[in-house]
Amino acid sequence: MADTTAHLEAHATGHDAASHHTPTGWRRWVYSTNHKDIGIMYLVFAIVAGIIGGLLSGVMRMELQEPGIQIFHGLASMVYGLDVNGGEALDAGKHMYNVFTTAHALIMVFFVVMPATMGGFANYFAPLMIGAPDTAFPRINNIAFWLLPPAFILLMMSLFFEGTGPGALGFGGGWTIYPPLSTTGHPGPAMDFAILSLHVAGVSSILGAINLITTIFNMRAPGMTLHKMPLFAWSVLVTAFLLLLALPVLAGAITMLLTDRNFDTAFFKPDQGGDPILFQHLFWFFGHPEVYIMILPGFGIISHIVSTFSRKPIFGYMAMAYAMVAIGFVGFVVWAHHMYTTGLSLDVQRYFVAATMVIAVPTGVKIFSWIATMWGGSITFKSPMLWAIGFIFLFTVGGVTGVVLANAGADRALHDTYYVVAHFHYVLSLGAVFSIFAAWYYWFPKMSGYMYNEFLAQAHFWIMFIGVNLIFFPQHFLGLAGMPRRYIDYPDAFGFFNRISSIGYYITFVAMIIFFYATWEAFRKKRVAGDNPWGDGATTLEWTLSSPPPFHQFTTLPKIDSTNAH
Amino acid sequence: MALIPALATAQEEAGYTAGHPLPGQFHLQRSVTPIMDSITAFHDGILMWSISLIVALVLGLLVWIMFRYNAKRNPVPAGFTHNTLVEIIWTVLPIVALIVIAIPSFGVLSDQLTTPDGERKYLGSNIFSFGEVEVPAPELTIKATGQQWYWDYEYVDQGVGLTSLMLNETDRAATKPGQPRLLAVDNELVVPVDTTVRMQVTADPLGVIHAFAVPSFGIKIDAVPGRLNETWFNARETGLYYGQCSELCGKDHAFMPIAVRVVTKDEFAAYMAAFEAGDYTAANATLAAIQ
Repeated sequence: MADTTAHLEAHATGHDAASHHTPTGWRRWVYSTNHKDIGIMYLVFAIVAGIIGGLLSGVMRMELQEPGIQIFHGLASMVYGLDVNGGEALDAGKHMYNVFTTAHALIMVFFVVMPATMGGFANYFAPLMIGAPDTAFPRINNIAFWLLPPAFILLMMSLFFEGTGPGALGFGGGWTIYPPLSTTGHPGPAMDFAILSLHVAGVSSILGAINLITTIFNMRAPGMTLHKMPLFAWSVLVTAFLLLLALPVLAGAITMLLTDRNFDTAFFKPDQGGDPILFQHLFWFFGHPEVYIMILPGFGIISHIVSTFSRKPIFGYMAMAYAMVAIGFVGFVVWAHHMYTTGLSLDVQRYFVAATMVIAVPTGVKIFSWIATMWGGSITFKSPMLWAIGFIFLFTVGGVTGVVLANAGADRALHDTYYVVAHFHYVLSLGAVFSIFAAWYYWFPKMSGYMYNEFLAQAHFWIMFIGVNLIFFPQHFLGLAGMPRRYIDYPDAFGFFNRISSIGYYITFVAMIIFFYATWEAFRKKRVAGDNPWGDGATTLEWTLSSPPPFHQFTTLPKIDSTNAH
Repeated sequence: MALIPALATAQEEAGYTAGHPLPGQFHLQRSVTPIMDSITAFHDGILMWSISLIVALVLGLLVWIMFRYNAKRNPVPAGFTHNTLVEIIWTVLPIVALIVIAIPSFGVLSDQLTTPDGERKYLGSNIFSFGEVEVPAPELTIKATGQQWYWDYEYVDQGVGLTSLMLNETDRAATKPGQPRLLAVDNELVVPVDTTVRMQVTADPLGVIHAFAVPSFGIKIDAVPGRLNETWFNARETGLYYGQCSELCGKDHAFMPIAVRVVTKDEFAAYMAAFEAGDYTAANATLAAIQ
């Protein structure tokens, strides 16, 4: 560590400290052009949205705990002022459940995972890791963040406008927003607000992607070739390209929904020559890269953490970097594996089965490379490492059920069942979310300057590990046995595993309370973390800076050698 | 195979173990068609083993690593970042595994999407064969139309149709108390046993997308307005087989089940005769004895 520091001048030199002072008050945040401040705003935003998205799923799990409808008719009777025992309240409650399902997914995808990984950690740490003083377009960075709260508000507003009709507020067609349910099926303004929300969020992501690509391509410190760049920066680069190329397709598709709804076009109206299946192709052409967008930054984070806490360089750096490129690339040509039951021809389904299975190869290379990084290492099991090891195992579980679903022959039985719900929650809630918590505990000391309580952090991990596995593992069984997804009520035979799944939610809830308490406690106790609490395993540039880093870093660019690249 | 005997349904007690989920079930529903035979063989025989092996391998490696390479037991970390042999193995072996999975996978898929012509043989449970199960060409064509929120069934060649609605709890208690909640319908879709049935599936042209599914038959196909999708099945056991709508379609998505009653060919003939004669009640009466 000492050698590295000697190579760098990480702190602002004399003339800079005098001529720029850190902005204060609300202007510091609203007008921010500082990638670290913006990153923190994204993280705070993601946490707030995560609370809302998580509460929605909590109410859903409470409803699903027992066969029959216990909650939503009561909720609807309160919201609409209806007799709780009447048919109207029941109908409104059923629609409300679909609205909750839809909002839960839209929030988690667009307002939690993406802001946390690309908005939060990418913005904060990618410039630091490549030795840059900030991103290429700090003002674009600002607007990219500040577009998100309005986008979120538009989504929240949509919940309170008419959806399918009077007495049925909100859009209840799933985050996949298929027409005709999302066009003629929801004549009220709720869907239009949801479309607007997605447009604004999409612009935010595209702008952020442009900023990060330009930063990574053009602002690496001298000596940092792309092949010396840390893997998290690689993951951000690949993800940014996916965003740039996929989001415009979503924008086109939802604009077509908007014009079908409001301007008499007939893109998806079969009675006027349109085709609902066209939407599905367009949506999933975006939607499949989207799921890689959600996981790739996590892959980068895991590489850093595994290397740090094994005190060993990442195994097979080039394979790791190019595996991510391959995953990103192939991810663009597998979209119709989400459409195996729509009536696609045999040849088309065969192609998508083959292409989808191909992705398992680079993904497997990554899993084995993380394991090989730990092999022969000297491992300390601090909380970031627990999350990372948990990720490696649980993402493998989620990944293999993905291989099952990739086979259209098997998907015939499993499509639109809880098997799919289990699969994507394993790779998202137990994959992406675990990587986000791993990053949180890894980088919190750097961002805040404070060290959290390790016992609390471990309690968060273990209780959450038990909780989320209890929620989602039984859902594989429900899916195999035939329970369809997006169902407010189910045949009694599905009660046993639904009960277990709901209990898992309550345990996860406790874990989240511990997380919030641990965060508050760290800010309260103010234990000084120091520049590098993680030791000689932490070799990337952010650990050479103070904790928190100075408002402006690398005003003199660092020189890169093999000890501080990856 | 009820895990919790106390919750066994009336049908289970009556000996029906296919066509509906059993309490605490953690596997696919029991198959009564060659297509579901191959799906079950593929999933239980190949996929489950492959994925269990992979998960066990990764878990085993992680557990070993945590035990052997923790800082106490291994205070000095190694420095290697490459091992060409191992890198080749973990690229090639997964490719081999995927090919091993893909070969039966394509067979299973082709069977599903090829309507029988009486000559082509089907895999059934032997997914590594070249097809040994004979399946006759379709003798019956049924068109299912997804509506919000029920199914319309039409016997296309006979020109008669029926509407199938989920029974609410009051009506279920009154007319079909032995049948499961949320699955029992007023008018079941009646088909003959050992007969290949061509299912054409669509939806109300001004409506939304639904999906027609029967787990025990191994079929699931979207009901898309303006599109006529086709699948087929050949059920080898009489009985009552349920499915549920499998594409989000609005507030009663969970409340528009599919119920297929498979009867003997004689029973079906009598049923259809009464039906074609215009008397649907009499047609249903021929089935009442099989309640």
